[in-house]
Amino acid sequence: MTATAEQPASTAIGTEPVLSVRDLVKHFPITSRGVIRRKIGDIHAVCGVSFDLYPRETLGLVGESGCGKSTTGRTVLQLQPATSGSVVFQGQELTDKSSKQMRSVRRDLQIVFQDPYASLNPRMTVNDIVAEPLRIHGLHDKHSGDKMRELFRLVGLNPEHGNRYPHEFSGGQRQRIGIARALALEPKALILDEPVSALDVSIQAGVVNLLEELQDRLGLAYLFIAHDLSVVRHIADRVAVMYLGKIVELADRHELFDRPAHPYTQALMSAIPIPDPVKERERRRIVIRGDVPSPASPPSGCRFRTRCPKFANQLSEGERERCVEEEPALIERGQGHPAACHYAAVEKVL
Amino acid sequence: MSRPLTSATADAHGGTAAPTAATAVGHEAGGDAVLRVTDLTVDFPTDDGVVHAVRGVSYALSPREVLGIVGESGSGKSVTSLAIIGLLPKTARITGSVRFRGEELIGLPDKDMRKVRGEQIAMIFQDPMTSLNPVYPIGWQIAEGIRAHHRDVSRAAARDRAVDLLALVGIPHPKERAANYPHEFSGGMRQRVVIALAMANDPDVIIADEPTTALDVTVQAQILETLQKAQQETSAAIVLITHDLGVVAGVADRVLVMYAGKPVELGSVDDVYYRPRMPYSIGLLGSLPRLDAVDQDRLTPIAGAPPSLINLPPGCPFSPRCPLRQGVCDDEEPALRQTDGQAHYAACHFSHTLESEDGVPEGLFSATSADFSGPIAIMPTTGAAAPTEGPQS
Amino acid sequence: MASGPTTGTSTTGGPDLVETPGGAQPGPKPAGVVEREFTVAVRSQRQMILRRFLNHRLAVASLIIFIALLMGSLIGGRLWHYGFADRTGDYSQPPSLKHPMGTDDIGHDVMALVFRGAQKSVQIALLVALLSTTIGTLVGAVAGFYRGRADALLMRFVDLVLTVPSLAILAVLASVVGSKAGGWFFVAIVLAGITWAPISRVVRGVFLSLREKEYVEAARALGANDRRIIFRHLLPNALGAIIVNATIVVAVAILTETALSYLGVGVQRPDTSLGLLISDGQGAAQTRPWLFYFPGLVIILIALTVNFIGDGLRDAFDPTQTRVRA
Repeated sequence: MTATAEQPASTAIGTEPVLSVRDLVKHFPITSRGVIRRKIGDIHAVCGVSFDLYPRETLGLVGESGCGKSTTGRTVLQLQPATSGSVVFQGQELTDKSSKQMRSVRRDLQIVFQDPYASLNPRMTVNDIVAEPLRIHGLHDKHSGDKMRELFRLVGLNPEHGNRYPHEFSGGQRQRIGIARALALEPKALILDEPVSALDVSIQAGVVNLLEELQDRLGLAYLFIAHDLSVVRHIADRVAVMYLGKIVELADRHELFDRPAHPYTQALMSAIPIPDPVKERERRRIVIRGDVPSPASPPSGCRFRTRCPKFANQLSEGERERCVEEEPALIERGQGHPAACHYAAVEKVL
Repeated sequence: MSRPLTSATADAHGGTAAPTAATAVGHEAGGDAVLRVTDLTVDFPTDDGVVHAVRGVSYALSPREVLGIVGESGSGKSVTSLAIIGLLPKTARITGSVRFRGEELIGLPDKDMRKVRGEQIAMIFQDPMTSLNPVYPIGWQIAEGIRAHHRDVSRAAARDRAVDLLALVGIPHPKERAANYPHEFSGGMRQRVVIALAMANDPDVIIADEPTTALDVTVQAQILETLQKAQQETSAAIVLITHDLGVVAGVADRVLVMYAGKPVELGSVDDVYYRPRMPYSIGLLGSLPRLDAVDQDRLTPIAGAPPSLINLPPGCPFSPRCPLRQGVCDDEEPALRQTDGQAHYAACHFSHTLESEDGVPEGLFSATSADFSGPIAIMPTTGAAAPTEGPQS
Repeated sequence: MASGPTTGTSTTGGPDLVETPGGAQPGPKPAGVVEREFTVAVRSQRQMILRRFLNHRLAVASLIIFIALLMGSLIGGRLWHYGFADRTGDYSQPPSLKHPMGTDDIGHDVMALVFRGAQKSVQIALLVALLSTTIGTLVGAVAGFYRGRADALLMRFVDLVLTVPSLAILAVLASVVGSKAGGWFFVAIVLAGITWAPISRVVRGVFLSLREKEYVEAARALGANDRRIIFRHLLPNALGAIIVNATIVVAVAILTETALSYLGVGVQRPDTSLGLLISDGQGAAQTRPWLFYFPGLVIILIALTVNFIGDGLRDAFDPTQTRVRA
């Protein structure tokens, strides 16, 4: 069964997604400096992103800096209001909810942040930090002590250290505290914004294992935002690759790494170094030139064309014109999964 | 990444690596090492006690070779290089010896050090703005870098050379862009400018401290390529400091693994990656999710965290996290000793038990999600019990 | 985008010097147990702040002196056997054992006068600090947190207050309200009316930066409302800046009150303040120096000590300070 942009091939027809995002757009206005602030432009951070997240699955959202993946996460959560588009979570449209209305939704949709040093209030004890969601939603009572202990143990921390402050813990432990906080309200879905990027390499693995365990145990759905494709390959079921505010390829994990169709995905995979000297020496690199264009003025047509090796080396004049004038849609083009390239072709990179 | 330029012809299927020009460890005599570090230690006195950031590093760098220094936070890898180039604050206490072409650098007065720095030993930092002045055009900065060490070069000649260098590192339209300021470049471009600056005076050694950590991975690939080009042009030896084992695998000839201020493994890149002889290296390699792994089961982290560098107890600093831990590990810190490979050294009392395996031993570390299980004395003030067991699965 | 740990990059963007894993440091170990688990920091935040303050020797000395002055001003006046309004019958006496600070031409014991004056000055200063800190914090918090129009409006108002020549306005206001018994209270109110403005600026700045912190975003993601964020997350972290500015206000208030009383529009007779004493004594500075220099010395001492305490507090609350012993 061929996969569409939303439904993975492996999911039985009829399973409802827990989160559905359609044509999500987020622009940040650029204002001029001075006494009278006028809007002089927009940063097109997210430009029409659509995906579904199914229960118990992990959807990886990968891309480099400036691609809009973090902004997507925050906009889905309504931490920043969307410019346009729709976010449906458990059947409810979120984009037109007030912050009061969002409160009850937040019990089921939580987030884990990237920076373990900045996402915990340094003046609060760890107990207070993890109990805060319970207090906010009026769920904190005399039985909460047990629940807190359970949470601590769930994430691999010793409950006796609850009255300590964040700076007394290591980075990996702090991230676990953040995870415990996110789980306090028993959410159905978690948005993980680069949850292991700021950790030492040998500690990352422990937290990744923990996240996998928790997903199995608690039946969570994860939106896993990352720039590290190696981690995503390990943990995600499906992967969406983003570039300059758009999803350029979306596939099952094995499909994507085995048969990438979009030139950017191919270049990205080719650029990531593998800790294997022989393989590294023998690898064929697809090196893309230049820098990411400014999100304030993205290129016309296909946004990747200014750096695309296919555009530069393989396409004819006429074909290039199409890239300049027509924006490629994220649709199935015969490779087995959607890719946003007029000339998508599978090229094995690994 | 294309093959590194030096003649490392390691055989991946067993057998020892063919040695490069000089693979002597610092304490071995002979060899035409361009940089020889012997027993380097760096201490920082602070309010909380003395931080032993570096506790005895030795290595020899051969001409044109690429040495990768790998470690996580607290390993001391950056401090080592700053000590070599003399950029540590005055409060740092440095002992040991660093010989550059036979000349001792430790204790050299700053004005003599300045002659070495930038001309014979160049440094590239993680943040390009460490080396670039935001208020001067980059072409001017490179030209000044040249003229600072070669007073006889005219301004015009220096400017031309600067433009050449910019072209070499891949800056498009170098002549026009030489007049631009650092803020008019992207992060990746800035790092290229820094590489040009480092190349300007044809150094013998380039020390690159996490040059690509702050960059996107596609830009990282470009920068590593540029770095290799720089090596080609200058025939310099490169010390590449990073925590990224993938980067090192593609670029380095030899690898030095550091932990808690000391080297724990040193060898050719193939030896260290395919035949690691120190549990930390094994743990590190095993904990990495692999881009090319078809179905990686669970990752195997190293539970716990690196130790603090104040008041280190005796014994091996890795022992609290080590699956091979025995009594002797807590009493005596192992020295860097030769293993079964030629020019392959490891600091472990039990590295010989790992020698029988070919390849990375499986099952040494468990695929746990725990940070550190069992009753733990995390807070000494509470007088809680010391750990009675090591990491459990 | 960094795939490495982000332990404390320095503000100049240079490389980390000492990579401390997770900022952890071990503390004293229980006897006999070899500490193996190193992921520890033993000192609580309060302890660290206290420790940093105690390192600042000047601040500690100033604190001691200031407390001594405070005690002196509050209790000394009572204990001393002369009241400040007593006519002792010794006229214009230089300092002696009976009158350690001498007497004035009406027979008042100068020491008693100085006690009273110091008491008044400190009273006013503390009240001013309390009022202006409260108002300034409120205004600054609202402006910094809500930004937009509220911020613009409030800050323009603050600008107005700051541009107005404060001393002149104060003098006018104080002369109107101050000439009653208990006038010192009104002097304090008027002083507070001016000194709150710089505090609001500072608090606004702190709030502007704090509200972008990730833990604030985290609180929002949990469903926290504005009130919770302001009081539970922002204010506690802004406390350092607020306290430091409060101490500055104390010093400023003392000096301004002195100036006002000197000009005759502050504390009025028969009560006294240090400023009044200086004003009275300045004519006799050459001939009867004890009337001038003693009160002057006390003013300088108070102002200096408060400033140094403020310095010490600022250093103590600054978590980026890890001083390396040379």
